[in-house]
Parts: sequence; structure tokens; C-alpha cells
Amino acid sequence: MQRAILRTILFSLGPVLNRTAAKYPAFRAVLRQRDYTAQIRLKDRSIGRTFDIRAGRVTSSASLREPADVQMVFHDLYTALAMLKPNADMAEIVHAAKNFKVVVQGRDELVVAFMQMLNFSQSVRLRQGVRTGDGCTRYTTNTNGGPLFVYVRDGKIVRTTPIELGAQDGPSWTMRARGRTFTPLRRTSVAPHGLTLKSTVYSDQRLLYPMKRVDFDPAGARNPQNRGKSGYERISWNEALDIVSSEIKRQKRLYGPGSIAIQTGSHHQWGNVGYYLSALLRFGNLIGFTRVHPNPDSWEGWYWGAQHHYGNSMRVGVAASYGTTQDCLDHAELIVFWSSDPESTNGAYAAFEGTQRRLWAKQLGIEFVHIDPHCNPTAQLLGGKWLPTKPGTDPALAIAIMYVWIAEGLYDKQYVAERTTGFDEWRAYVTGELDGVPKTPEWQELETGVPAREVRALARKWGKRRTYLANGTGGTGFGGACRSATGAQWARCMILLLAMQGWGKPGVNMGNFTADAPVDLYFYFPGYAEGGISGELNWTAAPVNNYTRMPHIVTMNPVRQLVPRQRLPEAIIDGKATGYLWDGTSTEAQFAPFVYPMPGYSPIRMLYRYGSSTFSTIVSSTRWERAYQHESIDFVVNQSIWNEGDAKFADIILPACTQLERPDISEWCNPGGYLPHGQNSVNHRVILMQHACIEPLGESKSDYQIFLDILTRLGLGAVFSEGCSELDWCKRVFDSSDLPRHITWAEFLNKGYYVVPPVDERLREPVNMRWFAEGRHKDLPEANPLPSQYAEEFGKGLPTPSGKIEFIPETLKRVDPENRSLRPPLNRYIPSWEGAQTQALVRRFPLQLITAHSRYSFHTHSDGKGSFLNNIEDHRVLVDGHYYWLLRINPADATPRGITHHGLVKVFNDRGAVICAADVSALVVPGVVKSFESSAVYLTRNAKGGRVEVGGCMNTLTPERSQSPDTESMAPNSCLVQVERWADPAIQAA
Amino acid sequence: MDKWNLVIDVALCENCGNCSLAAKDEYVGNDFPGYSAPHEPLGNNVVRIQRKVRGSGSMVDAAYLPTLCNHCDAAPCLKVGADGAVRKRADGIVIIDPVKAKGRRDLVDACPYGAIVWNEAQQLPQTWIFDAHLLDQGWSAPRCVQVCPTSAIEAIKTSDAAMARRAADESLEVLKPELQTRPRVYYRNMYRFTHCFVGGAVSTLVAGRSECVEGARVVLLNSLGAVGSALTDAFGEFRFDKLPVHGGEYRIEVTHPIHGGASVRVVLGAESLNLGEIRLDGVPR
Repeated sequence: MQRAILRTILFSLGPVLNRTAAKYPAFRAVLRQRDYTAQIRLKDRSIGRTFDIRAGRVTSSASLREPADVQMVFHDLYTALAMLKPNADMAEIVHAAKNFKVVVQGRDELVVAFMQMLNFSQSVRLRQGVRTGDGCTRYTTNTNGGPLFVYVRDGKIVRTTPIELGAQDGPSWTMRARGRTFTPLRRTSVAPHGLTLKSTVYSDQRLLYPMKRVDFDPAGARNPQNRGKSGYERISWNEALDIVSSEIKRQKRLYGPGSIAIQTGSHHQWGNVGYYLSALLRFGNLIGFTRVHPNPDSWEGWYWGAQHHYGNSMRVGVAASYGTTQDCLDHAELIVFWSSDPESTNGAYAAFEGTQRRLWAKQLGIEFVHIDPHCNPTAQLLGGKWLPTKPGTDPALAIAIMYVWIAEGLYDKQYVAERTTGFDEWRAYVTGELDGVPKTPEWQELETGVPAREVRALARKWGKRRTYLANGTGGTGFGGACRSATGAQWARCMILLLAMQGWGKPGVNMGNFTADAPVDLYFYFPGYAEGGISGELNWTAAPVNNYTRMPHIVTMNPVRQLVPRQRLPEAIIDGKATGYLWDGTSTEAQFAPFVYPMPGYSPIRMLYRYGSSTFSTIVSSTRWERAYQHESIDFVVNQSIWNEGDAKFADIILPACTQLERPDISEWCNPGGYLPHGQNSVNHRVILMQHACIEPLGESKSDYQIFLDILTRLGLGAVFSEGCSELDWCKRVFDSSDLPRHITWAEFLNKGYYVVPPVDERLREPVNMRWFAEGRHKDLPEANPLPSQYAEEFGKGLPTPSGKIEFIPETLKRVDPENRSLRPPLNRYIPSWEGAQTQALVRRFPLQLITAHSRYSFHTHSDGKGSFLNNIEDHRVLVDGHYYWLLRINPADATPRGITHHGLVKVFNDRGAVICAADVSALVVPGVVKSFESSAVYLTRNAKGGRVEVGGCMNTLTPERSQSPDTESMAPNSCLVQVERWADPAIQAA
Repeated sequence: MDKWNLVIDVALCENCGNCSLAAKDEYVGNDFPGYSAPHEPLGNNVVRIQRKVRGSGSMVDAAYLPTLCNHCDAAPCLKVGADGAVRKRADGIVIIDPVKAKGRRDLVDACPYGAIVWNEAQQLPQTWIFDAHLLDQGWSAPRCVQVCPTSAIEAIKTSDAAMARRAADESLEVLKPELQTRPRVYYRNMYRFTHCFVGGAVSTLVAGRSECVEGARVVLLNSLGAVGSALTDAFGEFRFDKLPVHGGEYRIEVTHPIHGGASVRVVLGAESLNLGEIRLDGVPR
């Protein structure tokens, strides 16, 4: 009976394919692409069929004559039926593939073509997008700045808009507090960089065809010293792919494992399949590579410092947010925004979802205080007292607040006694008993510039009121203050402040309404950090859910060698580097250094540079130029979308297309992994199909396709793709989630999105840390920490050695018992190694530069390249035909220097010089100049007095020094500069 | 006939630029015959945002004023373009005809608000058209409403009488009312942009240390008498807002039952004033 079924399936396959071709031109075109024979049979040859695909038609026979170009051989009947019947179980298929119960043989390119063709015969039938009245098709996509409808007509993008929820999209949630009712607007919000997507797709900076550096000859002179200087010539894809694949083979042959390093930007165009933790990682694992290990750049002080006091290594030291929105609306009287500007940082990926919620808090009369050298957009919108501090001195302010609490008894003594350890030692430091220096408000005024009386007033208000402490983008961590020489000190102080006020009690918690909307956290959809299609189990969160929910073939990188990302230039130029791991499994994981090169592995000789430009996202950018030009690097390939930044330092440029030109699937603001439940930042959970809305521009291809083409030349195409196209993988991701219980694949592809309904009000999560404050077992829905991290019983206490908040962390005492390091157990104030107190430097460079996350662009997304963002004067200003990056400066500093609003200025120190346009206003405190990092434009020019950078790469000026020697942490906000009026004429083109 | 109006709350604009970007997204690269020719990708924003920063030291605020075509009922451009280059629809929206207005650079100067830009490539005057083409397709509001994070922009289709009532009830203002153009774009809280504040921080000495004084009574007076009265907050701060530019001479009188009083003379010019720390004399009042 089963045998008859198999015969029937095989017999009808040819006619089905022919009928599909007749009906669907797209499928017909695919069939026409190649002529080949394919055989599907049992291993014992008792059943089988040979298919002849020729000129777009399929004929078949039961003859198993040799040779067929492609052979799909099943070990047994059961496996054949499991794979070939409709709605096959992927777990069965993957198991069969892993265990050689199905083997697909033949030339790799044809194997992939055959399997993708079979898949396409199904997916081609499905309608994608919705026709609208004006002749458009309305697709959907998702970005770092929010989800979008994409309207396309005649193959061109007309517009992209936020998503308006319809009546069929289920209800929105309601929150009640202090007699009022709150419910969010039934539409998604969008950040400026999301809204400008169309302009970047059609940018004239798009890489449209493969290119080769004119003086690079893989068979002759490579001229590495000319990278960044030479021009490029157009080559064909075949030539480009042949060069890249032979270079990969050459590396393995000549140098061995480890010689290829893969480096990517920190952020990516959205989409689970195409993400750098997905397709790129799968590609890398199949060729073997030295991992460029990232540092926890946006939350340095939390990872290296704060977590020692209270744990949360799996959240990299950042606090959770469960239940805090309701708690804050119910109980809080005051919110202190400390280095927290969510109106600019948008909860990273959450656009302006939190803005509505913050305005509810304002309606309820909750008061706000803002501590920041800049009266930032959040302070501007919400109002409240602004306390400007000198960058890097914030720990002193925090310690002085604690001084007042101790002196006036304004802290929660019961909580401190029962829920913390080490307070006596801390108190001795704060009061001056330890070192003879009482840390009074007068003491901190000399450091911070904040008047002592205001610090006393704040401390008293805070100590007497139920107060939320908001840090960084999500309100629970991050923030510019954590990225300075005193970053760890500051983040640690934030924990101690909360510990003294009874963290977890009603109205006492961390948050700024960016996180914790009451969405359904139990509906499963994977986030980008969960590994996508990579098969990588060690360096993604795939094992947690994704790997079992979406069966796929595991891949492993056999190269153990790592190089720390911040030290990659040194690793190349000096030949060695030391780093510290970003590893969330335990608090202690950050202590042991790792060394490059690792014995047994080759040093790096080839750079596979993928994704967005990072020149202005990593400190001391100029080092990277020298690294690219170093003689030890034989080959640099750059695979990216726009001709900017790192692309100009490559030997071969491979043009990738944007997310609108390839299919993908994702959820809004869902990173997963190290940021679990991140989608609680948005008011509605929206899961989207990211349609391929238009054809790839020029000869650009999706990253996935580029990897596939390279790997096919290495015989690894079938392994990489598992015979799937990107659309097929999207379906596999869809099937792995909870979506199929609520919507069919066909409906999802058609409409493009699904809104997850909220949970019943009565089922909302309890408040973060409430369990701890009340001495109960942990009752939050997070799989954190690992069971062994509990001091005693599972679920009881914090993952610190004592189970309590430790004022003097045991984990730091173990490595530094004498308080000798720059990261001592006793979190005393140690002034910045580049700041107001470093007098010799201050004399030459009297202003402090802070560079925050860009408000309008996101990393290098949507900046430069003709993006509409150029039209926003708070982002770039047009002066004499060039769009300059902004430097915000107070009139007290501008006027003596002859600097006028929107006049050009040179910002410089010993590391370099950048030309900016000045924004002169009282919004930034005197002595400080504020700009953003992440310029996508890196453009150097020779001028009188030396080389200047004119694109706005502020990281030209920042120090490469780690916050403390025992960490791998950046400190861009400890940066002294001088600023001068720039009188040179207009920038000349190269 | 109900007509379109816009109400913009200056106090809610946070300068995200989305309204400006949405206009670029909509009109760049797209031709809407009868409504608008393509706009330029860079420069010449038809939706602009101006900034006003007030104050100094740590008492600073910023307000943002989005401006766009006001679709005035007595639009000067209508007169200049009365030959058909500019027309006003029954629903109040003003359209510069993308064919008939070709070459009409004079229309740019006709607008007293600078809302009309000149598109050199198209040789056309262009402006923000209230997304009329979308409204005619059934959209419920122009795109700027949809992308505003704070709902600072509201589009209302209603009768002129109802709108006038609302403007009176909510003290809405229009730009340059003295020109009598009768704009259909109204603003709330415009004082953040057009008026000044005078503020300060009251302190006293206690045991030799400066302390903020909460609950001090502060009265602002000019030659006509008391203009305003306030109590200082926990930081000793007070602020009197909505004062006219070049308001002239004022006096600030501070009294506190325990910590005494102070008196400060103020001359209000073009800019808001942060008087800084005001020390009480320690003589109880």
C-alpha cells in the first residue's frame, strides 16, 4: 500500500510541475533556467523515477538509467514518504538528512536548483500582498524603526507608512490607574530612520554590480597599502564569485583555519532569515572563521559593573521590566531619568511606542527629573528639573545623594538590612569614615558642577517619594553614562541607589515606560538573537527554543580562535590582542581573558567584511584604516548595500540588496536571546512577512543568495540552503512559531502581518523584583539565571553569592580582594582618566565631547547616501553643498570662539579632527559639546593643518582605551576636545 | 460643507521630523496628476520645523513649531494664481495646479509664510497639499497625523462654525493673524514659541550651607500691579510664563515665613530670563 503511494507521488510529479508551469509564468521561468535530469529513488532501486527537465518541460519515466545529474536517494520507504508527502514534517526530514537516510547527490548547483524548484512549485501559488484601490499592491516589511506597509506600483515603491490596525486585528489592551483608563493608539509608530527606507533603497550610493579594486590582482600584486585609496572597476558576478571562492580555498591551503575573519556591523536590516546571526553565521560556520567577538557596547557599565551587585548576567546586567508600567502608573510620584533619553533612543527598536505611555505618566502628575549634560529631547518633551552634569562625574552625584540619605535617614533601612549585604562598608566610604572625605553634596559639586543645594533637594525628594530610576534606552540599563571611563562606577551606583530605596517595593523600580507594555509574552515567535537559520548553538540563543521548534541542520565553527572587536586593528597591526568575553552564562564569565592568536590557528589574513559600515560606531576609527592597509591582510571582501565606509577599503565588493528586495519574516522589536521579551516595548505585538516588494536593483542580490553562490563553488550549496529558498525558510520560521494556530501561511503571505492579541488583564506579569523585596520565590516568566547561579535553592534570592544585593560584590572581591584595581569591589569614585581632572589634557583640549546614539539614524542605517534624513537640520546641516554632522555647543563656549549657529567648526584632539556644523544653544551645558556617533559617511580630506574628516565620524576623536584594564569596554564619552571656527572654503570633491 | 483643518499642539512637538519625512516619502518620486508633481528629494521641505530655545543655565526649554501650507481661506497665492494656477477646493484645501502653475515663480513670493517652495527641476511652485489625493481615496487623515509620536497634529473635517467655536474654546492661534489670510492651520500653546518666561531658584543659608527653599511665595509685578503668583517647588524654582517679548520692567517679590524675602528688578527684553539663584535675607515675613 505504501509502495503504491510512493509510486503514485512520483508518477504524478511531472504532470503537476507542468501544470504549475502552465499556470504560473514565474515558475515557468525557473524551469527554463536549466536543463538536467533528476532521479528520485529508493536505495534498493525497487521504486524510482527519472525526471528530464528540458526547455521548461518535465518528462519522466520509471527507468533508473544512469547517470542522472541529480539523485535523491532514500534509505527506505518510510523516509521517502515522510519527505515527499504534502505538509511534510520538517523534523523527520532534517533527521533523515542528518543521518544519511536521504542523500542528494550531484553537482551542488543542480541539487540546490532541483530542490528549490520543487519548493517553488508550491509557494508560487500563493498571493503576496494586498491590492489597493489606486493600482498599488500593499506589502509589509519590518525595520529597526518599526513595521511598515510598503505600497508598490509598476515595480516601484510608492510609499512606506506605519501600520494602521483594522477591526479584524483584535483588541488593544487597557490599563487602569488612579481612576483613569489608558489604551494605546491602534497604529504602529515609526522612527525617522524607518520612515526614510524608500530613499535609501533608491539611493545613488547603492552598490549595483560587483567591483574589483583596480590595483588588486589575486594572481599578482595585491597592493594592500592602497586600500581606501584606489578606485574600482566593474566585474561580472562570475568573476567576483570565482575570486572570492578561490581566495577562501587559498586561505585554507596556505594558512589553515583561523585565517579568515568575519566582521559585521552591530545592527542589520531587520529579518530573521537574513540577519547576521542567521544566514551569515551559517555561511561562516561552513567555511570556518575567526570570530570577531563583540563587546557589550551599548551597555558597558551594566555588564562589567552593575551585574556584580545583583546578577542578571543573562540580561548582560540590565534589569528586567515586568509589571513596571502598571506599578509606575499606580504608585510612582517621581521618575529620575539618568542618562536616559528614550525619545531619542526609542528603546532601540521600538520606535515611539513608549512616548504615549510617558505622556500618560505626565497626565497623572508624575514628576520628572533629568540628569544629562544635554537637555535632551526627552527632557524637552516631558519637562521637569534638568540637572546637567559633567560627563563622567555622575558616580559622584549618585554617591552624594546616598550621603544625604544616610545623614538624614531617608533610605529603606529594613530593606537594606534584610535584602542586602555589605552596607556598613559602603556607608563608611560614603560618610567619610573610611578615607576622611565625606561625600557631601559640596564634595560632588566640585566634580559635577551641580549645585550642592540642588543635590540635597533631589536626594530629599527622592528619599521621601516613591521614585522610579530610569536609565538608558529601555529604562532599565544602557545610557551614555555607561560608556565612559566611569561607566561601570555609574551603573553600579544605579543599583546601589535602588537598593537603598527598596527596589521592588511599590513605586520603586527601574523604568521609563519604554518597556513593559502588557502584551502577550507567551505567544512564541523567535527573535533575531535566536539564531535564525544558522544552526549555530553556541553563539546564539538557538538552543533555548529555535533549534527544537524549527528543525534544521546544526552547523559548527571548528575555529575556536576569537579576536576582540575593539582590538581588531591591533590584532592585525601588532599581531596580537587580548580581550574579555561577553558571555551571559554567569557573572564570572567576564573575568578570564582570551588571547589572540590562539595556538594552533593561523593569524588573520583575510577579512570578510559584511553589512553596514562601522567606521563611526567604534572608538578611534582611524585605526581601522591602517588595519585594512596592513601588509598581512591578503584579501578583503566587502558585502554590503551602499558604497560607504568600509566598502571603500575592499578588494572585491559584492553588492547586496536591501530588505525590500528579498523575502524575510520577523517580529517587531523582538531580539530574543540576551534581550528576552524585548517585544514588551511595543503596544501591539506585530509579526510580519517582509515581502520582496521589488526586484533587486541593478545586479544586487540578497546576502543569502550571495552566500549560496559562493558556497556552491565549494560544494556546500545544498548544506547551506537545505534545498530551500529564502521564502522557504520564511515558511519554516512561520511553522516554528505559534502563528499556524491562528493564521494560515497563505493568509499571512497575503495580508502580510498578524497582531497578537493581549492577554487577559488578570493574567499580567507580576512586578520585577517584587518577589525579592517580599522575600518570596521568583515569580517572573524569565528563564534566568541558570539553575547553578542561585546561591541556595532554585528560585530563591538573586544570582549573587549571598543571594542578596551586595553593596560590596563578592564576585569582585574574589578577583580583587584589596580594592587595587580600577574596578574595585568598593565602588569608590575614581575620576575619569580623560576628563575635567586630567589637567594637562584639559589645558589643550578644554571641552568634553559626548557622542550618543544618533537620534534620527540608527547605527549607520539611513544616514548619508542621499537619505531623506539629510533634510532634518537636527541631523545634518547643508553648508556650501555638503551635509555636515552636528556639534551642539553652548553660547558660552561658542561666542568666545567666534562660532555661530550652523557655522562650520573643527573639533579636534591628538587623535584627529572632524568638521561639523555647530548647533549653538543653551540646551547643552557649557564645557560640553554633544554629537552623535554612527555617521555612515567617512570622508577624509587634506587641509591646511592636517587631515580632517568631513563626514561626521566623531569616533575619529574617541579613545581606544578600555574603561578599566580588566575589561573589554569602550569609553567614547571620556573624550577631551578643542573646537575652533572652521574658515576654510567649501569641501572640494576628491 | 465640512472642511479640513489642522490643529498642532506646540507643547507636544518633539522635533522628531517624521511629519517632514512623511511628506518627502509621499511626494518624492511620485507623480499625482492634478494634485502634485514629484518633489525634490533633498532640500525645500514643505513641512518645516522651527525651534525656539528659551532660558539659560539649567532652566531651559525648547519648543518646536511645525509649519506647512496653511490652506488659507483668503490665501494671497489664490489671488496671484487666480487664473487657474491655484485653486481652493470646496473642502478648504488649496491646490497649486502642477500643470497650470508651470514657470510661476511669482507664486513662491506670494506666500507670506514661505510655505511655497520652488522646484527647479520641475519648474513648479510646490507646497504641502494636505495629502488631498489620499483623502480623496478614503484616507482618514494626512500622513503627518499618522506618523506623529505624540499626536501633536490633529486633522479635523468640520464646519467652519464648529471650528471657530473650538478655536475660541481652546485659545487656538494662527500664524500672522494680522495678515487676515484666515489660515486653516491652528496652533495650541503657541506661547512656548512666541512668549517669554521669567524664572529663578530661591535659596537660603542654613547652618552655612545653601538650601533650596520650597513653598516660598513669589509674586511678579509690573507697573500695573501683580501679573502672577507662584509657590516655589522642591528645588526652590518658580517660573512665570506667557510674558510678552520686550515686556519691559518687572519686579519679583519673594517671601517665606521662616527664611525671609528678596526683591529683584527684572527687565524683560527679547529673550526669556533665568534669574538664577535668589538668596533670601533670613528675615521672616
